[in-house]
Amino acid sequence: MLIFIAKRLTVAIPTLLVLIVLSFVLMHAAPGGPFTQERALPPEVLANIEAKYGLDQPLWRQIGTYLINVTTQFDFGPSFIYKDRTVNEIIANGFPITLTYGGISFVVAVLAGCTLGALAGVYQNTWLDYLAVGISIGAQVLPNFVMAPILVLIFTLWLGWLPGGGWQGGQWQYLIMPVIALSTSFMASIARITRSSMLEVLNSNHIRTARAKGLPIRQIILRHALKPAMLPVISYLGPAFVTMITGSVVVDFFFNTGGIGLSFVNAALNRDYAVMMGVTILVGALTILFNLIVDILYAWIDPKIRY
Amino acid sequence: MKKALIVSLLMGSFLTPVAWADTKDGVELAGEQVFTYRVLDDIKSFDPQINTDVSGSEIMRDLFEGLYNDDATGGQVPGAAESFELSDDKLTYTFTLREATWSNGDPVTASDFVYAWQRLVNPEFASEYAWYMELMGVVNAAAVTTGDMPLEELGVVAVDDQTLQVTIDAPRPYFISMLTHASTFPVPQAVVEEMGDQWTKPGNLVGNGAYTLTSYSPGEQVVRERNPAYWNDAETTIDKTVALIINDENQALTRYLAGELDKTEVPAGQYPRLEEEYPDQAHSFPRSCSYIYMYNLGESGPEYLKDLRVRQALSYAVNRDIIVDNVLQGGQYPSYNWTHQATTGFQMPDLEWASWTQEERDAKAVELLTEAGYGPDNPLTVKLSYNTDEGHKKIAIAASQFLKKTLGVNVELSNSEWKVHLDNLRQGNFELARYAWCGDYNEPSTYLGLFTSNSGHNNGKYSNPEFDRLLEESKTQADPSASYLAAETLLMEDMPMIPIYQYTTVIMLDETVRGWPFENLMQNWYSRDLYIAAE
Repeated sequence: MLIFIAKRLTVAIPTLLVLIVLSFVLMHAAPGGPFTQERALPPEVLANIEAKYGLDQPLWRQIGTYLINVTTQFDFGPSFIYKDRTVNEIIANGFPITLTYGGISFVVAVLAGCTLGALAGVYQNTWLDYLAVGISIGAQVLPNFVMAPILVLIFTLWLGWLPGGGWQGGQWQYLIMPVIALSTSFMASIARITRSSMLEVLNSNHIRTARAKGLPIRQIILRHALKPAMLPVISYLGPAFVTMITGSVVVDFFFNTGGIGLSFVNAALNRDYAVMMGVTILVGALTILFNLIVDILYAWIDPKIRY
Repeated sequence: MKKALIVSLLMGSFLTPVAWADTKDGVELAGEQVFTYRVLDDIKSFDPQINTDVSGSEIMRDLFEGLYNDDATGGQVPGAAESFELSDDKLTYTFTLREATWSNGDPVTASDFVYAWQRLVNPEFASEYAWYMELMGVVNAAAVTTGDMPLEELGVVAVDDQTLQVTIDAPRPYFISMLTHASTFPVPQAVVEEMGDQWTKPGNLVGNGAYTLTSYSPGEQVVRERNPAYWNDAETTIDKTVALIINDENQALTRYLAGELDKTEVPAGQYPRLEEEYPDQAHSFPRSCSYIYMYNLGESGPEYLKDLRVRQALSYAVNRDIIVDNVLQGGQYPSYNWTHQATTGFQMPDLEWASWTQEERDAKAVELLTEAGYGPDNPLTVKLSYNTDEGHKKIAIAASQFLKKTLGVNVELSNSEWKVHLDNLRQGNFELARYAWCGDYNEPSTYLGLFTSNSGHNNGKYSNPEFDRLLEESKTQADPSASYLAAETLLMEDMPMIPIYQYTTVIMLDETVRGWPFENLMQNWYSRDLYIAAE
């Protein structure tokens, strides 16, 4: 197992390097640059700016300098657009926010999704099943960019219960709507996967044996069915967790939480190369890490899997 | 009340005016003087020489004060300067600064201005607005920017602590109006040099404006609060101004209606409904921007645009009234020319086709296009590019319908992401392209200068020596309005664009907020001019 982890970590480093170089090249290949504006800059002004940010250097040298700064000093450079801030500051400011609402949404989505899915699976074709399936389909078809404005209409404008956006250090009233908007569709997916996997497990031989032995149904489900039924869910949860904690553009856009998701999209649109690279590396590293964690969890849950 | 104010001013700032704070202009004031408004995007910088955008400038005008400020109608009133003298050759301005202090108590001196202005053109500092010094005509601005001359050669000198002398390269009747621009604001040299990059962080930032930066949560909000050290704090009413960063304008409107905001922009198409429901809160007033489809007349442009008749026909056939009344619905002005009609010192040319009915224009358009050799047998196909945006798309679709229906012209619509669109414009990779220009200052040359042959913004490569000559001539005239009129008339005769509409600012403003400068075309507002009336 330890050898497996060590091997995976060794592969992760070249993967990240390839990711960095590829993103760097692709980004610079996109038309326009961070200083392309409606009001074209005079050549002499542009030349000064490009010199300041090293954009006048050949691309291979820019990549080299960047890699050296990132690997040796963990310095992602200054933002080209938000000039008072460095990329490190932008991530340090936005990531904890996203981590907070993303983490809470994850917990909510997993708890609600697994419960709904498991209930629907166990009580297949009863009203409970229909209700659970109904909720999860409803949640799935209502995308969060539609749900977010509706939530604000209901809870802010009509009921006046919750503030329509902002973060204020993560006070609970500012968390509710972002969490609902972010967790619903994940919850629906988790419920669906749990339900179908539960159904499959409940029809399998070892469950039939357990029933034949006369074990109480409660014990069968909790002890013998739930754990194997979780396998497909867990493989979904790894990437889902990364998606949730690295930011939802929609949540940041509609609730002005100040999270990292919107910074990422804005950086792409603004050609803010440094911020885009920084967030790409963050997301890339987290994705690799959580895929590894999922694999480890697999081995723990399923005795058939050995590394 | 007024007497109390005068007395307190005369006696110096040690007398705090307590009693008069509950009324202003005879209006009873609300107990809580907090103004909350929406901005579209995060703030790019709090450094006046780095800031480049409109919402940043709104904050700069509160945190810093330039030599002159705008008043409610767009005229200029003394700010950090008390007065100025202009030399006989109209090239040297000598400003007398008022006795004022930075928010840390240090005096504001002429050398702070010199430092800031040199900083703007410093090649190492590499400000994106370095060109503004050139636009102002400050002597040697271009040479300093390129690094060919040392900073000290820039035409700005501190004669003594209270006297600042600026030399420009040619007379500019509108020079004073350019001084309200944020990039000309002073910065405290000692603080900037001590703190380096960190000087704009809340707590570090020292300004000479009516407010100080008290908190900034990126992507969320900016809070500024009253600066008791400001020279005119006694006449300031708003205690705290909060800018909430809300990207989505519909979301912002919902939050405005929920009472979370005092001011927000009205999304396209919603003004008529809001005006009916909230007549005291929905406002539409002129704003200095012009929206056009620019023709590519350069070498990379299509052959058909070289024909004046085609350019005229395409322009005539667009029904601007429908675009303004049915698509935009925010009180915008249908446009038949380039310069915004409300610009100070601008006289609208008498354009014959503008006075026609749309039927007459359509008939003339058909006639012109047929003359040019296009018709049902030989249909014209044009490509119209715009940057991806719901609003631009609606206008482009409407325009393409007018051209198709009236003239049988096939319009290929092409949209691309903003930066790609700009890149295409710059490279001359377009036929007709959406373009908009907002005035840098309230004077016609900010518009007309764009179409001179050597203008860096003239992406359509329009060139007419007579037009260039008229603008060159205008620079030295005491009253250039006749030259501007002739230039605009000539421009519209040559028709290097399809003018579409001229902007209005369309906002919701809570009826308790008073002092908003509706008549200021540049929309340069200052928190210290506002106040909240009691309900």
